[in-house]
Amino acid sequence: MKEIAIVGYQQSDSRSDAGAVNEVEMIMPVLERTFAQVGINNAQDVDFVCSGSCDYMQGAAFAFVAGVDALGAVPPIKESHVEMDAAWALYESMLKIRMGHADSALIYGFGKSSPGELPIVLSQQLDPYYLAPLWVDTISLAAMQARMMLDQGLITERDMAEVVSRSRRNAMNNPHAQLSGDMSADDVLAQETYVSPLRKGDCCPVSDGASAVVIATVEKAKEWGVPYALISGISHAIETHNMGMRDITDSVSTRIAAERAGMKAGKVDVAQLYAPFSHQEIILTRALGLGDETSINPSGGVLAGNLMMASGLSNIGEVFNRIISGEAERGIAHATSGPCLQHNLVTVLEKAEKA
Amino acid sequence: MSEEEQEMITKVEAPVYLKYNFTAGSAPTRFLAQIKKGVLAGQRCPKCLAVYIPTRGSCGRCGVPTVEEVELSDKATVQSFTIVSIPIPNNPIEPPFIIANVVPDGANVSFIHLMSECVNEEVHIGQRVQAVWKPEDEWGYSMDNIRYFKPLDEPDVPIELIGKLTVTGEEG
Ligand SMILES: [Zn+2]
Repeated sequence: MKEIAIVGYQQSDSRSDAGAVNEVEMIMPVLERTFAQVGINNAQDVDFVCSGSCDYMQGAAFAFVAGVDALGAVPPIKESHVEMDAAWALYESMLKIRMGHADSALIYGFGKSSPGELPIVLSQQLDPYYLAPLWVDTISLAAMQARMMLDQGLITERDMAEVVSRSRRNAMNNPHAQLSGDMSADDVLAQETYVSPLRKGDCCPVSDGASAVVIATVEKAKEWGVPYALISGISHAIETHNMGMRDITDSVSTRIAAERAGMKAGKVDVAQLYAPFSHQEIILTRALGLGDETSINPSGGVLAGNLMMASGLSNIGEVFNRIISGEAERGIAHATSGPCLQHNLVTVLEKAEKA
Repeated sequence: MSEEEQEMITKVEAPVYLKYNFTAGSAPTRFLAQIKKGVLAGQRCPKCLAVYIPTRGSCGRCGVPTVEEVELSDKATVQSFTIVSIPIPNNPIEPPFIIANVVPDGANVSFIHLMSECVNEEVHIGQRVQAVWKPEDEWGYSMDNIRYFKPLDEPDVPIELIGKLTVTGEEG
C-alpha cells in the first residue's frame, strides 16, 4: 500500500466576523499560500480536490459550489465535497489515493458562521422528529453533558477552567487564534455562568475562516521536494443520534477510531483535540488515555477559534506543523461532528524516516 | 389500540426558520454600488483577461481574484433564450415572457435577464439588445434597475463572436 504524506497546511485568521467577504474571497488567500508552500500553481497540479463545508452556516444554498471558483477549475478537475468538517474530506482523499485514482490531493474547509445564530443553526442537525422541532441548541446540550459529569464527580468546574486557561495561553503562540491571553483558571471561574454550568470561556467562540491541506504519496512528496509528515492511520466512528442511548460522559467512538487508526502503536507527543466545550477536552483525553507525555492542543484548539467545517482539518495541519518543525515525532489529530461528540475521526501522523 | 386501528402518520409539521445577516461579498458589493449609479461594472481577470459580470470576486477559470474594474456598455448580444409559457409560482410576470442570456459589450460572460418590446417568435441568438432602465430615482442595489432588454436595430453578431465584442461593440 502506498504511504501517504502531508506536504502543506495553511489557515486563515479565525475571526468573529469576516464581514462582507464571501466564500470564494475567504478561501482564495488560503489556497494561494498553500500552493506557494508546496510549490504548485493551482488545483490543476494535484490529482484530486475535496472540500468540507455546510451551507447552513452562512445560509446560502450551494455556497459550497462557490468554493470551486477559487481553484482554477478550467480545464475541468476531479472534485468532490463533504457536508462535514474537511477532516472527512481528507479521509475521502486518502481513499482516492489508496485506490490508485490519485497521487495527490488538495483538501480545504471553510465556514462563515457569523451570519446566522450558530447554536440554533446547529440544532437543525438533530433528529428531525423528536429533537430538531424543539430547537435544542448545541450549548444547552453541552451544558447538560457537563452537568452530568459534575454531578457524577467525574470533573470539577476548576478542571474545566484549567482547560480554558491552557487553551488561551497556548493560543498566544498561534497567530491565527481569535481568543488568546494570559488567563488563569481563577480568572475563568470568576466569569459568571452563561448556560449553567458553562461559562463563556468554557464555550468555543463563533468564528469565520478557512484552512487547506495538501496530501500526496511519499514518492510525489519527494518529487516536490518539500518537508512532509506521514499519515500512518486514520479512522472514524459514529454513535447513535438518540442522546438518551449514549453515555455522553465518555466518547466510545473516539476510542474505537483511535484504536483502529493505530494510535497505541507508539508515543503520542502531541494531540490536537476538537473539543468545542472545555469539559469535552477532558472526555476526549480520558477516552484516548493520554497522559503527561502528550502536549494537548498546543495551538489553543477550538476554544481559541472554532472554524466550523475547517478546524478538524486544521488540527491535522497543526500536528503536521509540529512534526516538520521537529517539535514532535508523532501525534494525533481529532475531528468531531454532531452534538456532544457524536461522530469522531482520529488521524495519526508520524515523522518521515530520513530518505 | 391494536396496530391495525392506528392511523398512518403521513406528515409531521416542523417549520424551520433561520435568520441570517447575508452579505454579498466584497466584489459583489463593488458591482452593486455601481449598478446603483446605473453603471454595469465588470471585473477583469489579471491572468486570462476575461471580463466577468456580475462579479463574485474570482476568475473561476484561473482561481485568482479579479481586481480591475471595467465599465461595460448596456448594449448586449443574446447568447441564448427561452420563451416561458407557463406561470411560475410567486413570479409576478405573466407568461408568455422571455428569459435571455445576454452578454454586454466588453464582457466575456453572459447574465440572465428579461426581454420585452419584442415579437417573441422573432427573438434569436446573436440578436442585438439594449437595457431599458427604470427611472433614476427608483435605482437601488439591484439588477432590477434594468427592467428588461429590448431589441436594437443592428445587424446580428455571428455566433463565434458572441461574448467577444469590445465595449464599443466592435470585434475584440
Ligand atoms: Zn482568468
